[in-house]
Amino acid sequence: MNLRTDQALIAEWIKPGSRVLDLGCGDGTLMAYLQEHKNVNGYGLEIDEENIVQCIHRGVDVIQTDLDKGLSEFKKDTFDYVIMTQTLQAIYYPDKLLQEMTRVGHEAIVTFPNMGHWRNRLQIAFAGHMPKSKTLPYEWYNTPNIHLCTLTDFEALCTSKNIEILERATVDHEHQSSIGMNLFPNLLGEIAIYRFRQND
Amino acid sequence: MQESTRPADDVGIVESKTAHFDESLALASGNQLHGFDIVYETYGELNADRSNAILICHALSGNHHVAGYHTAEDKKPGWWDNAIGPNKAIDTNRFFVVSPNNIGGCSGSTGPLTTNSETGKPYGPDFPLVTVKDWVKTQAMLADHLGIDVWAVVIGGSLGGMQCLEWSIAYPNRLKHTFVIAAAPKLSTQNIAFNEVARQAIRSDQNFNEGHYYENNNKPELGLMLARMLGHITYLSDNALDEKFGRSLRDGKIKFGYDAEFQIESYLRYQGRSFVERFDANSYLLLTKVLDYFDPASEAEGSLSKAMSPATAEFLVISFSSDWRFSPERSQEIVSALLDANKCVSYIEIQSKQGHDSFLMPIPRYHQVMRTALDRIAEGLNIT
Repeated sequence: MNLRTDQALIAEWIKPGSRVLDLGCGDGTLMAYLQEHKNVNGYGLEIDEENIVQCIHRGVDVIQTDLDKGLSEFKKDTFDYVIMTQTLQAIYYPDKLLQEMTRVGHEAIVTFPNMGHWRNRLQIAFAGHMPKSKTLPYEWYNTPNIHLCTLTDFEALCTSKNIEILERATVDHEHQSSIGMNLFPNLLGEIAIYRFRQND
Repeated sequence: MQESTRPADDVGIVESKTAHFDESLALASGNQLHGFDIVYETYGELNADRSNAILICHALSGNHHVAGYHTAEDKKPGWWDNAIGPNKAIDTNRFFVVSPNNIGGCSGSTGPLTTNSETGKPYGPDFPLVTVKDWVKTQAMLADHLGIDVWAVVIGGSLGGMQCLEWSIAYPNRLKHTFVIAAAPKLSTQNIAFNEVARQAIRSDQNFNEGHYYENNNKPELGLMLARMLGHITYLSDNALDEKFGRSLRDGKIKFGYDAEFQIESYLRYQGRSFVERFDANSYLLLTKVLDYFDPASEAEGSLSKAMSPATAEFLVISFSSDWRFSPERSQEIVSALLDANKCVSYIEIQSKQGHDSFLMPIPRYHQVMRTALDRIAEGLNIT
């Protein structure tokens, strides 16, 4: 099973035997990996039918869900971790969903493409068009990514919602990390990965 | 139809069998049934460790004849033939499929048409009302009779899905998986209202005679026909009816009269009439009551999640976007309760046009979901 590096990092962060909810779980690769290697249990939430079939094929319990409708099915602190990889930017109300994640899980983990990456900055500053890259391959008019942000933006939102960031990592589009990225994450990191929880 | 012209994915000519049970059955109503028969069919082979059995639970007007043909001359196969057979979604090369007719029905299992040994006459309206719980109990007795301790999967649509829920509550250790399709955890007020109109249509037929209509062979045909016409409308979606018939007229023009003018009118009359030929009115009355009474949450302080707590089966819940009789929201109630009770569950809403009847249709995504789940189940149980 091949995990993307952001998924592999998440798999490292998650304690064995945890109860996990994976929002926008796609074809179930991450949940299947966590079930097999980390002995976790839980559910994936997904909207796409073909992905749901793939989850069933992989033995991942999957609930067809529109994440824009929230997580009201689930009670407070039902899960150890609520994960969402590469989906936050496509959500109507990311701020509300982040709070829902921290309500339903003790901790939450998200990954998203960083708009602050230097290539994105250069494209706007000098080419004068919306950034396109391997992680952001769409045109402005057909992109599902309606709420792109930078690391700075994300962290400002967390502060305003009293969300405590427990861990942060960045990787590039090949999902590699580097020393430079650790020094200047908002400039050099293409994909951001955060672990966080709600402070009372 | 000749054997040689049949497609390779057909179970072919099948024979119904009858299991007789001598013991008295204590019914949920407090009544007793002193001995009863269950007719059933099976397709495929039970494997050596008896681990590959699938139970199919039928809906309101269904029966045990689920797949294949009874005779070479039959025009129509069993009611779910599109899903069951060699290499079909429910693959009889790998699984042993069992489909009983529930008691109280009119297809051969003990019901209102059966002769009551105490009176020498058909039970008719005196046949005791039964519940989903009673049915599941008799299905478990049939499983014992067939030597099946544990079902690999219990599958049912509509009222059949209610039986799946009851199985998972009443006999948690006797099923590994269940597919709950186009179901609801209980009828809505509107559902009960529809059933009541259907019942009144039958009971107010001048031939009904309080259910004693067998002797003079004057059946309440008009009432049963009306009941079926009403039911049929609720099984289809507004769009499906519109696409199929629109406002098209039988003779191309309005005639200013009460004969069937619109195509939909003659279609409904035809559906009603053909139903009367194969269904008994007393059975229909009883079956609508089985639906009305089902409400497992009512026995668990109103909490479906608490009601489902004994279950250990893995659930696959399937709904259909155009179903308004048991809408996707009703399936989501089941899913919410299962999530709340920490059960293993997957859920998908299939995009469909045909309303509640979608669960009988060979919708590619729907069958793919069942096939994929069954592949996984076969793998887990080492069924080849």
